[in-house]
Amino acid sequence: MIELRNVSKIYPNGTKGLNNINLTFGKGEFVVVVGLSGAGKSTLLRSINRLHEISEGDIRIQGQSITAAKGVQLRRIRRGIGMVFQSFNLVKRSSVLRNVLAGRVGYHSTLRTLFGFPKHDVELALQALGRVNIAEKAYTRADQLSGGQQQRVAIARVLAQEAQIILADEPVASLDPLTTKQVMDDLQRINQELGITTIVNLHYIDLAREYATRIVGLRAGEVVFDGPVSEATDERFAEIYGRPIQRDELLEVAQP
Amino acid sequence: MNGTPTPSAALPKPPRKLKHLLTLVLVILLLWGSAHRIEASFGRLFKGLPNMWDLIAEMFPPKWTYFDNVVQPMLDTIRMAIAGTTLGAIVAVPIAVLAASNMVRSPWIYQFFRIVLNLLRTVPDLLLAALFVAIFGLGMIPGILALAVFSVGLIAKLTYESLETIDRGPMEAMTSVGANKLQLILFSVVPQMIPYFISYVLYTLEINVRAAAVLGLVGAGGIGLYYEKTLGFLEYDKTNAIILFTLAIVLAVDYLSTKLREKLL
Repeated sequence: MIELRNVSKIYPNGTKGLNNINLTFGKGEFVVVVGLSGAGKSTLLRSINRLHEISEGDIRIQGQSITAAKGVQLRRIRRGIGMVFQSFNLVKRSSVLRNVLAGRVGYHSTLRTLFGFPKHDVELALQALGRVNIAEKAYTRADQLSGGQQQRVAIARVLAQEAQIILADEPVASLDPLTTKQVMDDLQRINQELGITTIVNLHYIDLAREYATRIVGLRAGEVVFDGPVSEATDERFAEIYGRPIQRDELLEVAQP
Repeated sequence: MNGTPTPSAALPKPPRKLKHLLTLVLVILLLWGSAHRIEASFGRLFKGLPNMWDLIAEMFPPKWTYFDNVVQPMLDTIRMAIAGTTLGAIVAVPIAVLAASNMVRSPWIYQFFRIVLNLLRTVPDLLLAALFVAIFGLGMIPGILALAVFSVGLIAKLTYESLETIDRGPMEAMTSVGANKLQLILFSVVPQMIPYFISYVLYTLEINVRAAAVLGLVGAGGIGLYYEKTLGFLEYDKTNAIILFTLAIVLAVDYLSTKLREKLL
């Protein structure tokens, strides 16, 4: 479904973000990418939908190369890949519904989106909000919601987008432990019920073990671990991190 | 923290006062130099005082009955300001986008539009009005155009500056959903910018009402023509009536606009 072949990314200042990455993600997988900050987790995720350009290699989404795609073709591929961000990236002044509908723009012409969305889209958006249990907030302004609720709106936007892939870049990093659970549960439920391939960057390794079906460990831009959760023992994590696991890398311990 | 006093050598020294002193000296020198070159002096100011007093004496009491003659031109002045501001606001939108460095990648393009905006704001509105009067003849049209050009310069500058400070997150999100450039602007930039934009338009309207009041001096319509007329005939009591009328209108517009802008932001 997603194939990364010999992917490298070198930043203009010379630092290597990614170093010869080869990864294949299958349909319906729930992959958690772990690693220290600066290991290249975010760069990897943002390369998949080409928010970042890669320097070498090729990334294919369902057989189509996003690396080579241009214009309409690139936008079509991006339309199939939803992204959830650490800082939610909602338009704070707009209503929740409008934020979710923004996920639909890839399906319409500019003119059509200027004069309002078809009824079908509005229904789809409300259903998506229902799926993350905040349908009643549809007409509230986004900035009136709590962090956890805002992140669920962002997930609803991805659902309305009818994406086959969800990329979540540290989706719970700015949330408290309780809402962290809710948001991760939402992501897991969507992954299981709709079979959407999900790739999540996480800082907390206990969360990674709890939700992932597969864990990818990055260190200095290289894949140092790739396997099922059962193999991701504390010792392996210590290898990924290049040092023993610290207390603040466990959600339960860091934020009791 | 630990109870032992810090040795005084380690305490930071207050910055020296010399810089402020030198600045003051420089300002005084500039003031004195400028006054000297343009031959301004307190002596002449005092000599003029009696004349000033005469003028003020002639202005009172204001000729209130003159109001009936100037209501229409005053309404015209406000209409000119509204038309000019609106026209300018519409043109300012694309220019602001093209002048913002986070909207346009090429520095050549945004720097070009910034220079254009700077040029527009350098030309005084009276000069613009005079130019347009030369092109279109006497009347309100040149006045409206002069205000429109001035408004473009002001609104586009203020707008592109706040455009550059908007939250990039929603823009990134729109890229990720597969939006094209226009959709991206429509869904992530416009909703963030609307309150600022309206606020700048209202602020420009305030300025334009004041500017429109004097445009008539060069034949560009509105109340200004009556300033010139009454001054020309030395009917200072009438001039005073118009001044007070203008003041009332300007204050009213300022008040309304300030209140509206408070609600917006």
